[in-house]
Amino acid sequence: MTGILASVLVVLGASLVLVASVGVLRLPDLYTRMHASTKPATLGVGLIVAALAIYSGELGIAVRALLILLFFLLTAPVAAHRLGHAAYWAGVARWSGTVRDDLSREREANRR
Amino acid sequence: MTASFLDASVSLALTLLAVAIAAAFGRLLRGPSIADRVIALDVIAATIVASAVLYALRTGLAVFVDVALAIALVSFVGTVALAHAIESGGDRE
Repeated sequence: MTGILASVLVVLGASLVLVASVGVLRLPDLYTRMHASTKPATLGVGLIVAALAIYSGELGIAVRALLILLFFLLTAPVAAHRLGHAAYWAGVARWSGTVRDDLSREREANRR
Repeated sequence: MTASFLDASVSLALTLLAVAIAAAFGRLLRGPSIADRVIALDVIAATIVASAVLYALRTGLAVFVDVALAIALVSFVGTVALAHAIESGGDRE
């Protein structure tokens, strides 16, 4: 039973990581790519780690596996925020179809 | 029967992850900005973490869980350091 559950989690998680990297390859600008890279990749790694925690049946491995999950959940938003902030103020171009940019006025004021 | 089923799904998952690394590598080559490349490296690191965990699952070697944890740590520090470099040095195309 745990074997089947772990198999489903493993394949789902790997598919999500694949979706994340196809998104990084295909989406039009940095900010949408960042959207693709953070969320599905974190969830995909989380599902694979959960499969290991369920299947191993050893407390030591399960705790370390959940530690990886916790670490990803904590660091992915921080890293993405730092990178997005740095890239925006460094002037990385937005996609032409962007409909809303709340910081555009500050950016213009900053330029003058 | 269950063990071989799990083995087959781990093989399928590792294949999917290999394709994922190839796709992210395409973005790493294409850029265009440094931040795009950093994102691609971040996704590649996450994929390698997932592969290490899958390898731990297949072989039963607990060491690979520690490998995954270490790679996750290094990737986070690297991303933040590169973001800092972009912030202070500007984003050259």
